[in-house]
Amino acid sequence: MASRYIANTPAEQDQMLRVIGAASVEELLVKIPPKARLSRPLALPPALAETDLIRHLKTLADANADADRYACFLGAGSYDHYVPSPINHLVLRGEFFTAYTPYQPEASQGTLRTIYEYQTMIAELTGMDVANASIYDGASSVAEAVLMAHAATERTEVVVSHGVNPLYRRVTATYCEGPRMRLRDAGAPGGTTDLAAATRLCGPKTAALVVQSPNFYGCLEDIASAAEIAHAAGAVLIVVADPVNLGVLEAPGKLGADLVVGEGQGLGVPMSFGGPNLGVFAAKRELVRRMPGRLVGATVDRDGRRGFVLTLQTREQHIRRAKATSNICTNVALCALMATIYLATLGRHGLVKVGELSAAKAHYAARRLTALSGVSLRFQAPFFKEFTLKLPKPPDRVVARLAKERILAGVPLKAFDRALADCLLVAVTEKRTKEEIDAFAQALERAVV
Amino acid sequence: MPHVPKELRYTRDHEWAKREDDRVRVGITAYAAEQLGDVVFVELPKVGATATAKKPFGVVESVKAVSDLFAPVSGEIVEVNTGLPQAPETVNADPYGRGWMLVIAPSHKAEWAQLLTAEQYEEFLAQGAH
Amino acid sequence: MSAASYDKLIFELSSPGRVAYSLPESDVPTSDARSLLPEAYLRAEAPRLPEVSEFDVVRHYSRLSQLNYGVDTHFYPLGSCTMKYNPKINEDMARVAGFARLHPLAPEALSQGALRLMHELAAMLAEIAGMDAVSLQPAAGAQGELAGVLMIRAYHAARGEKRTKVLVPDSAHGTNPASTALAGYEVVEVKSQPNGEVDLDELARHLDTDVAAFMITVPNTLGMFEPRIVEITELCHAKGVQVYMDGANLNAILGITRPGDLGFDVCHFNLHKTFTTPHGGGGPGAGPVGVKAHLEPFLPVPVVTKDGDRYALDWKRPQSIGKLQAFWGNFGMHVRAYTYIRTMGADGLRSVADNAILNANYIMKRLEKAYDVAVPGPCMHECVVSARRQKKLGVTATDIAKRLLDLGFYAPSTYFPLIVEEALMIEPTETEAKETLDAFCDAMIQIARETETSPQVVQDAPVTTPVRRLDQTRAAREPDLRWSPAAK
Repeated sequence: MASRYIANTPAEQDQMLRVIGAASVEELLVKIPPKARLSRPLALPPALAETDLIRHLKTLADANADADRYACFLGAGSYDHYVPSPINHLVLRGEFFTAYTPYQPEASQGTLRTIYEYQTMIAELTGMDVANASIYDGASSVAEAVLMAHAATERTEVVVSHGVNPLYRRVTATYCEGPRMRLRDAGAPGGTTDLAAATRLCGPKTAALVVQSPNFYGCLEDIASAAEIAHAAGAVLIVVADPVNLGVLEAPGKLGADLVVGEGQGLGVPMSFGGPNLGVFAAKRELVRRMPGRLVGATVDRDGRRGFVLTLQTREQHIRRAKATSNICTNVALCALMATIYLATLGRHGLVKVGELSAAKAHYAARRLTALSGVSLRFQAPFFKEFTLKLPKPPDRVVARLAKERILAGVPLKAFDRALADCLLVAVTEKRTKEEIDAFAQALERAVV
Repeated sequence: MPHVPKELRYTRDHEWAKREDDRVRVGITAYAAEQLGDVVFVELPKVGATATAKKPFGVVESVKAVSDLFAPVSGEIVEVNTGLPQAPETVNADPYGRGWMLVIAPSHKAEWAQLLTAEQYEEFLAQGAH
Repeated sequence: MSAASYDKLIFELSSPGRVAYSLPESDVPTSDARSLLPEAYLRAEAPRLPEVSEFDVVRHYSRLSQLNYGVDTHFYPLGSCTMKYNPKINEDMARVAGFARLHPLAPEALSQGALRLMHELAAMLAEIAGMDAVSLQPAAGAQGELAGVLMIRAYHAARGEKRTKVLVPDSAHGTNPASTALAGYEVVEVKSQPNGEVDLDELARHLDTDVAAFMITVPNTLGMFEPRIVEITELCHAKGVQVYMDGANLNAILGITRPGDLGFDVCHFNLHKTFTTPHGGGGPGAGPVGVKAHLEPFLPVPVVTKDGDRYALDWKRPQSIGKLQAFWGNFGMHVRAYTYIRTMGADGLRSVADNAILNANYIMKRLEKAYDVAVPGPCMHECVVSARRQKKLGVTATDIAKRLLDLGFYAPSTYFPLIVEEALMIEPTETEAKETLDAFCDAMIQIARETETSPQVVQDAPVTTPVRRLDQTRAAREPDLRWSPAAK
């Protein structure tokens, strides 16, 4: 049967074969040794017509607890923030989503301009001089930042706060396997980085100190003190931040960060079961030539008109090959476009409002939930939109029970940290309503008594 | 054929070396500059660093190419052209003059004799150097 | 004003007081969030983001999009990138709430549909590549390469072998040496024969007990199938060397031959090439990695498993190389690729390869008089021609690429592979119709003629695009990487 994605009819295929001078496509495969040929059709499930396929995929989708049908209090690096409607319409324009890396800048000014806007917005939010065109996700942005610090300082150790998302720490460890960097863990027993421990661990071998704020447990970190510790040791301070929060929270660059990285999914990118996400990467100017990933710069054309190009490309793998600053090829341009449209839409005041609403609702939720007997905040440090609850009943079971009431209560921390086996990480975005929070509190009360 | 001053010595990696009393001034040849195209970035070591003959001491970049810079002789780096990072175009404009890169106090005098003469370098270029 | 003359940045549309968002008023008792947080943590000054209306946003980005060429609007023969049609149904399915609005840490019991989709996609990719197991986690081809090379490294280490080098042909994509170096290996470049094929003698000379892996692209970057590939993988295995296939060109061999059957131990897939997930202006892609059974213990965690009717994320894999992304991979892309494979079925995928090969050979044949074909055909899914003849007349591969933009086509890949002088790498894909290929070939032939009669027209191109050739040197010498009001 003809495929709707292949235009040429058998008659047209024959015409083409005649031009080529071959009797069949088979004749064009002469270089493939017969013994290497697959002698049977691929064993794949049968092709489905569009309506059947939709039915099948909707069946799969229905088996998932999505945030349309459930009140989502899950965070830990992926958040249910507001996604303004125009984003989806605009990213679906074929000129954006079916283009590729702007190798021919004259025919790619749309993509290049949006990336330049994105770089400007991220640099502004993070308080840094420059931002790249994005990389894969928050975790790989931390890993790449560590490798960059390693290259810039020629030092072999990195001190990572225990408050950094454990999934990010795991990815960083994987990336550090090749260069054999040593990861040293600065504990966070009180919910924030043990700065005395960080001071002890930072020394002449330390390439970077990595802290996250708000950290994995939701607590705000003292970035300025972390900067002093890192800089006293001649190390780079890497701050992991969620840009959605930076309408309200101080820009890490203003507090002494040398590199600001993080997960930008909250900027209008769907949660999509964890990917694709948006790796944010911003740096001080003096580090720009060691940055991974694409950079877009402004220039002029032959007639003096403003135009945009990929620049400083000698850092990259297609030119520097084995000596490149990173192996990354593309960025996540479409997610960066979502973030750009998001930030344009929210604008100067909207992003502040998102942060304020999230913080207000999170604090209201914390107050409601900790009013229940046996439920308390695990840490006393200030938090923003996410917090760690200590529960009197096993969090796994509480989560399962609340799911029956269409509430995704939070992330049980047992899998991440055994010392926190009785804890639940709860995130509250501006989308959660008072009604949902109250229902959460009532359901939790029933679950823990 | 690009300019190859007679009084200088050369490497097969297209650096030139010029004896100035007991020191050696180093840059890249006009041929190298031409091959690279518009130089956009030069990375040089700090004064006091050690150069080792035939080993890289820095990097020169155009828009689409990167080239390691190789030391013609070993020794301590006693002077660096600090103006180059701000004005990399000087390398194209005046490779044998204002485009110089560094000055080395040689530690192995015998290395000088191993460098190519202008005639040898010209011959090397004529043979289709790469 | 024509679409092409639009020259605004969103910041330049800003007018204080305009809003484009819609957020509710706070419904909780404490609405002053700033009183809840210590002053020291608060931003001193609101970020300088634009203030525009929703319609400003929509018109601005619509107009910016019109400055792009994309597959939907233009033939996009970018070699090695497989710029085929991206089906619309894929986009619809990726946006179903049960997928798009699913949190990665939703309880396993409530993510069964997503996990099942991932499990089935991994199994389908394994069948397509003849591999025993597939991890969907890598975010892109380059990350798939890193995962693959790290698995090879872990495999050798587990056997107590300390091998330090990886061989990569000089015709390889830049990510191959970069990923290999990132995995801690010394990269040794192996010279190819002029026709792009592996030089077996040269390879044999390099193969010693210090070599961990040989990494090659099949079909190679000249669009040719490696005729002695089975001998190559056997030769490597005899020396304890693992063989990695860069799957960038998998589109050419769907249902015809399989990496696993050719003897490869690892290969990655580019879902954004072969399996129609959109290129998005440069990502996000997805780069699943497939392995033979002996490498399975080293797969990144977690692995999606099936036990009876239940799907789960298995973290208990002590020999795993670790993790590459925070979560489970670019799931949105998995949905699209799954949709595509289930649309096509086995016969459909085979016809993809057949038509991709047919289209590339047709172009090669039609261009063989006007340009120097890099390697005589037949080719696989793409062909490489050289503009060395044109260069003698002062017209380079870049000039030809720019002239194509004027004539209504995106350009082929240029100057790649590195081993072909003035290379133009043309990959039409199976989704293009004969009349489009003819129009493109006519344009290429016209440019060759112009090179002889009026080279200035080619050298001056493009003239119809929103901007003309841009000053790359200035961009690199004085990097201007963010907008500022003063610069306007």
